[in-house]
Amino acid sequence: MPLGDILPEIAVLLTAVAIVLLASFLPRRLQWTGAPVALAGLAIAALFLLAQASGEARATFSQTYALDMASVEGRLLILFATAVTVLLSPRWFATDQRHGEFYAMLLFSTLGAMVLAGALDLLLVLIGVLLSSATGYVLAAYHRDWALSVEAGMKYFLVGALANTALALGATFMIGMLGYPGFGEMAAALAVGEASPLLLVGLGLVVIGMAYKLGAVPAHAWLPDVAEGAPAPAAAFLTVAPKIGAAIALARLVSLFPETGFAIRPLVAALAVITMTLGNLAALWQDDMRRMLGWSSVSQAGYLLMAVTVAGLSDQAMPALLIFLAGYTAANLAAFAAVTHLRGRTARNDYAGLLKTAPFAAIALIIAFLSLVGIPPLGGFLGKLELFLVTIDGGYGWLAVAALFNTVLSLVYYLRFAVPMIWREPSGTLYRLGAWSAVALGIALAATVAVGLLAQAILGPLAGAAFLP
Amino acid sequence: MLTLSILIPLLASLGLFVWSDATKDKARRVALGASALSLICLIIVWLGFDSGPEAPAFQAVSEVGWIDALGVAWRVGVDGMSLAVSLMSGLLFLCAIAWPAETKGRARQYYAWFLFLQGVSLGLFLTLDLLIFYVFFDLTLVGMYFLIGRWGHDQAEYAALKFFVYTLAGSLAILLAILGLVLANDTLTFDMPALIAAQPLGGTDLRASLILLGFLVGFAIKTPLVPFHTWLPLAHVEAPGPASAVLAGVLLKMGTYGMVRIPFQMMRETFAAYAFPLAIVALVAILWGALVALGQTNLKRRIAYTSVNHMGYTVLGIAAAGAMIGSDSVRTLALSGAVTEMVAHGLITGALFLIAGSFYTRTGTYDLARYGGLARIAPLLMAAYFLSAFASFGLPGLAGFVAEFQIFAGSFGVYPVLAAIGLLGLVVTAALFLMMGQQIFFGTPAPGMMAIKDLKPAEIGPLAVLLVLVVLIGLLPGWLLDMIQTGSAFAPFQAVGGAQ
Repeated sequence: MPLGDILPEIAVLLTAVAIVLLASFLPRRLQWTGAPVALAGLAIAALFLLAQASGEARATFSQTYALDMASVEGRLLILFATAVTVLLSPRWFATDQRHGEFYAMLLFSTLGAMVLAGALDLLLVLIGVLLSSATGYVLAAYHRDWALSVEAGMKYFLVGALANTALALGATFMIGMLGYPGFGEMAAALAVGEASPLLLVGLGLVVIGMAYKLGAVPAHAWLPDVAEGAPAPAAAFLTVAPKIGAAIALARLVSLFPETGFAIRPLVAALAVITMTLGNLAALWQDDMRRMLGWSSVSQAGYLLMAVTVAGLSDQAMPALLIFLAGYTAANLAAFAAVTHLRGRTARNDYAGLLKTAPFAAIALIIAFLSLVGIPPLGGFLGKLELFLVTIDGGYGWLAVAALFNTVLSLVYYLRFAVPMIWREPSGTLYRLGAWSAVALGIALAATVAVGLLAQAILGPLAGAAFLP
Repeated sequence: MLTLSILIPLLASLGLFVWSDATKDKARRVALGASALSLICLIIVWLGFDSGPEAPAFQAVSEVGWIDALGVAWRVGVDGMSLAVSLMSGLLFLCAIAWPAETKGRARQYYAWFLFLQGVSLGLFLTLDLLIFYVFFDLTLVGMYFLIGRWGHDQAEYAALKFFVYTLAGSLAILLAILGLVLANDTLTFDMPALIAAQPLGGTDLRASLILLGFLVGFAIKTPLVPFHTWLPLAHVEAPGPASAVLAGVLLKMGTYGMVRIPFQMMRETFAAYAFPLAIVALVAILWGALVALGQTNLKRRIAYTSVNHMGYTVLGIAAAGAMIGSDSVRTLALSGAVTEMVAHGLITGALFLIAGSFYTRTGTYDLARYGGLARIAPLLMAAYFLSAFASFGLPGLAGFVAEFQIFAGSFGVYPVLAAIGLLGLVVTAALFLMMGQQIFFGTPAPGMMAIKDLKPAEIGPLAVLLVLVVLIGLLPGWLLDMIQTGSAFAPFQAVGGAQ
């Protein structure tokens, strides 16, 4: 067994186990030490990952796990999202009795997302989704005594149970019809085979299962509730990390299919348009910051499906997906970090005059919003630019036009929240969470700007690199 | 040097945002200094500018890599057109910053946003990279959004929102068109000179037509042309005086400048095929702008609509020049007129909006009916107003005349009927400016107008600079025209083949 190829995953796993042990022995006032331990584990995993970034694409463990640049950058991004979440947590959970275990649960969930980013096998995708979901339910419902949090976990679980069943069923159909679970063999079988109804049904079910992890239509309903009700650090994590893994896995799956003969790309394109439009329209009416961010996260899932649509058609599709994910991750984390830093303050009116009372958090929120809209030179702009580029290149120009209208629409609700911060008079007292979350906010904010300005660092290694399968 | 002229205001702006205990006076001095330095950098480039017949397409060129994977780099350089427009912009920004503004207790942020806007506006005119062009195009929206929203009048937030949403839609249309154009090229690059040389799209097939449409709609929103102009009057009315001056003088030029630089230069054949419809739209803008302006009772709205009218002239000139009918000299005349109009309109309308700002700070209203009989009370204000107004409707000897004469002379050679109808616009604007002057300055002084003071020295300075230039260009247009007609935009077009 080439265990050396999965050292990053092993590092995360061992750290999680260590934290479980640590948390069961440490007194309550020392539970926060889980955070530095988790950070150290993540850093080690990141170092192992960087060692894998050689530019060559190879598969390991009998061709089931990809070590190409998409997998490396995707997993790095997931580690980054986890690290920011860890930084947000110590003060947030300070009074929680099960504070320490949160970090372990977070790392297990991270592991699930990482597996998704590298999976080259439908069964491995299934394992990744299940691991990421099962831990996700716990993260969402971590505040056991708070109805909203429990409701969020419940919704996440119910939608998830349905979607995961669909995924398992669909995977069975596909493996049965094509004969293999591995992506490489599936591609070969698809190149010669014809579309059978059962295969298409299986494919549709798999797409639904993946849509759940992405927060895309038709399995998006959990996202606003989780964003609103889950502990704010958990919400930051759940709206970002699983998406990264699932997006890469789905893009790999779609790229297996030939351009014609299978209706998969029009299907994904249609889901993309419906998802972004629905997310944006619903976000227009929100008066709750976290719910708005949840719906905005739905619409962003629609944008990222644009790159998935043209996976395999345009050789820029994977780089586009990754730079978009990087921009989205940074901006979304910055927004949730700001919310966390302000102790979860969430009603729109409570944000009035924030620029005066908490300029740092307000500026971070505004920049995150601008990046999510796609205003240059922030990270979100580069992502959208690449998405537009590949969809036009791949022959789906109309998708870019739809995204254009949606972008204009999204500006309205982001400004709806930004304007009171800038121009209203402050009211009420403001509570902040402390230094940990301020650091997290600063890092996420810096990343939001850096993804735009230093895009070459992300795109350079991807340019010309081969992607599996 | 060009990079410096962009970076200095941007860095100074950042400095002002960070420097939390800057007083109004200090902030203003920093802003003036940075703005002036930036203008000086441009003037140095101008002094070294070669306007001879052998001049290269772009001068003062420099390039630093940015995102190699996408063929994007920091590229700057000027030809006559961009140098003229950016010199005008730099000057107008300096004047707008020097103008004694009502900063609502937030002087530091006010001047910081102004510097930011100056940096990104100059960047837009000076860059030679399509993506950076777009970056700056979008950033001007952000800067203007904050200036209007924070320092505007009663309905400022709504006006700022409408401005932002409207022009963001336009800029995204441009982004899609840019990507379409770049993808049509063989290699992935956003290098403007390379794309101009390559002419990646020709003919009038669906793709080329859609891409041209994207550019034209996007730039038409910014310019603005009828029917995309509805954001303009509101934004102008609500914006503070100096911001209005910059909005009209600099930001509107981005539409026409972009129109020349990108669709006109990079897809000449397609542009030529659609020049006539564009000319008709321009004509509608000319007449609509003039007639609607006539019907306004709000001082600023009236000036705002004359901007629609004047930008209509500019687009008419561009369309005539791009039509590829008529002789070379006629087309050069039309384009030269269009670029001169950009410069002249920037100076003149900049001055007019600053004057409108002076009115507002004195009376608190833009309602024309409440003005009257100011001639004796404020003679300097009257002189400045009438000089700008005369220049605006094209009285010979002033800058507006030089521009409009060339546009109409050029257009007559290409679209004689359209040009003839367009002349009506001149008559209407002349009438409306004279009537407005009459209302404000003559007759019996309206109640409440007696206490008005004449222009202060701080207001006289910027206005004098702008108006002296207006007269200078009117009397001695040669130096400006020589500069404008140098370089890339005026290079004779050689077809490179491809689909016709």
